Amino acid sequence: MSAQAQALPFAKLVARMANLMVGLPDYDSYVEHRRLNHPDQPIMSREEFFRERQEARYSGKVGRCC
Amino acid sequence: MNGTAGRLVWLIVALVGAASLGVVALSRGETVNALWVVVAALCTYTIAYRFYSLYIANTALKLDGGRPTPAMRHNDGLDYVPTDKWVLFGHHFAAIAGAGPLVGPVLAAQMGYLPGTLWILVGVVFAGAVQDFIILFASTRRDGRSLGDMIKSEMGTVPGVIALFGVLLIMIILLAVLALIVVKALAGSPWGTFTVFATMPIAVLMGIYGRFIRPGRVGEMSAIGLVLLLLGIMGGQWVAEDPAWAAAFTFKGETLALMLIAYGFIASVLPVWLLLAPRDYLSTFLKIGTIIALAVGILIVMPELHMPAVSRFVDGSGPVFSGQLFPFLFITIACGSVSGFHALISSGTTPKMLETEAQARMIGYGAMLAESFVAIMALISACVLHPGVYFAMNTPAGVIGTTVDQAAQVVGNWGFAITPDELAQVAKNVGETTILSRAGGAPTLAVGMSTILSSLVGGQSMTAFWYHFAILFEALFILTTVDAGTRVARFMIQDLLGTAVPALRVTQSWGANLLATAIAVAGWGYFLYQGVVDPLGGINTLWPLFGISNQMLAAIALMLGTVILFKMKREKFAWVTILPTVWLAICTLTAGWQKLFDDNPAVGFLAHAKKFSTALADGKVLAPAKTTEAMARVITNDYVDATLCGLFMAVVVSMLVFGILNIRKALANPRATAHEVGIGGAAVAAGDD
Repeated sequence: MSAQAQALPFAKLVARMANLMVGLPDYDSYVEHRRLNHPDQPIMSREEFFRERQEARYSGKVGRCC
Repeated sequence: MNGTAGRLVWLIVALVGAASLGVVALSRGETVNALWVVVAALCTYTIAYRFYSLYIANTALKLDGGRPTPAMRHNDGLDYVPTDKWVLFGHHFAAIAGAGPLVGPVLAAQMGYLPGTLWILVGVVFAGAVQDFIILFASTRRDGRSLGDMIKSEMGTVPGVIALFGVLLIMIILLAVLALIVVKALAGSPWGTFTVFATMPIAVLMGIYGRFIRPGRVGEMSAIGLVLLLLGIMGGQWVAEDPAWAAAFTFKGETLALMLIAYGFIASVLPVWLLLAPRDYLSTFLKIGTIIALAVGILIVMPELHMPAVSRFVDGSGPVFSGQLFPFLFITIACGSVSGFHALISSGTTPKMLETEAQARMIGYGAMLAESFVAIMALISACVLHPGVYFAMNTPAGVIGTTVDQAAQVVGNWGFAITPDELAQVAKNVGETTILSRAGGAPTLAVGMSTILSSLVGGQSMTAFWYHFAILFEALFILTTVDAGTRVARFMIQDLLGTAVPALRVTQSWGANLLATAIAVAGWGYFLYQGVVDPLGGINTLWPLFGISNQMLAAIALMLGTVILFKMKREKFAWVTILPTVWLAICTLTAGWQKLFDDNPAVGFLAHAKKFSTALADGKVLAPAKTTEAMARVITNDYVDATLCGLFMAVVVSMLVFGILNIRKALANPRATAHEVGIGGAAVAAGDD
């Protein structure tokens, strides 16, 4: 989890910010997390990850702001 | 930057800010440059952030940078992810920035630029940013739990249910008023209507691309969408100039309202990947891009404000919204200063992604300052217009008539001299047949933005393009909110119905799903249609209701913050939340009271109902009603609005009572009783009550 502590390069920062603005967290961080902490369990592919997050964004109870 | 040098810098910031505010407040010349407002705002924000938010962080809340956050404790790479603070700032800002801060200040400009500017600045520093910050903090200490959950666990089950009910009412009113803004902007505008309609096939195309052709490539699909969108704006001009096509895309408000209601129903039961998600991507990036463009535009163009500092309408006789400066200016500005809705976002996804608790200051307080700056820019955009144009655009046809000659005369009598030709020219410049009586904020903002942006890029020939770009940008994210909001309202309704009939809670069930969606759409659709046929323009009635409900939710959130401070045994610092809570309670209750009981039919719902009832009894028909049935409908609407207003007030008062009871209980207990989740994961309420 120490990877997050370092400052991100600007381009990466903007790309991650843009993705998270629409509810998509960083895929590589997800993979790294699963590898480190749940090595015995399956890891979603990039597409599965995208679909899972897209579904999750709109099935929560938090709406958009006025 | 410590020691003497640091102090010197802050002294300079303070002096520059004070001087700019002085210019803004005292300038009585012809015009004042918008740059003074910008500088005053930026200085206020930096000082408030550096000193007040630091005080809240270190002294009042005592943020603990070493305490593991939900993201650290439950990291799953999906919902709970430790996230770089700048990335998270962007996420949070994009989630809180909506149509509210763009519309409220535009409407508030009828009282001049000064009252609005002052409240946007004071309100955000002492109320709005404090609320966002403290709710984010509270949720971070409770595993990222929602506002409703926190109210339930810290204040009791009954207040929790009341608050949830309040949130559902807000959703309904919010969706209605936002949909009304779109209807007002598109009625009689083939260019705008075509462009907004075009976003639907564009979004579907993007959705298919992102689902099947290049799965998950958000950047690519958004770029494609943006190009098509710009082509859509150009296509709209072609449509508007061709008589046959223009006729095909010219609709009355009533028709647009019915279309929007049907759209809301269909869009919110479709799979999200097909329409909602892709359009959400497009509207999010367009929103952020436009906000940045507007900021750059204002800084480079440095427009003059033509609106007077304080207009004659502070007396409450204004055409845009009725009622006096207190409380209605505060109710009208709403989101740009303090928005209860942000409490839902601050207890939503953001607290699950903080790396450390200390970052709650930058993300909670800081992002709200940025939102406030959006409100300042919206106010500037409205005030760069000739006041004659502003009032011609925002006054109902019942007052200024339907021709430029009549409008110029009425507006001129108010002291804003303008010629009919000038009014006609503005419409021509933006590619519309008329700009009269386009209440709702969006068209006014669009004219202001097109003035600024065309000075930056394209000049006069691009004014019409920028106008429709601005309309599209607002319509796009309003439609996204309508769609997403209808889904949220559906879940809430299913939850509520589920307490009676458990089968209705199953979100996979098509029957339950369609029933709850129908109820949600019927709820906001009713108010939307009522607003469209309202002779005073609808916004006049609905925006104050929305403002009251939004400020009511903010009062509830701040009350929760206060109770938490008392339960943490930090009551010495509770004035930080008590101050804005009391102010918001006074504002919402006064406004609610006046909306209910004021003798002036333009302000009070009951007085308006009485006026129509009396006329009906005498066999008279009052405009806009043309039949006795229409008269009866007006009266029914008045009573519905009055009931809603009464409900909002009841929610505020009951939450105040529960808040005070909880505070007394916390004071009587010598130990801290806040239900925080802490180090190691166990609940560490020091003394569980």
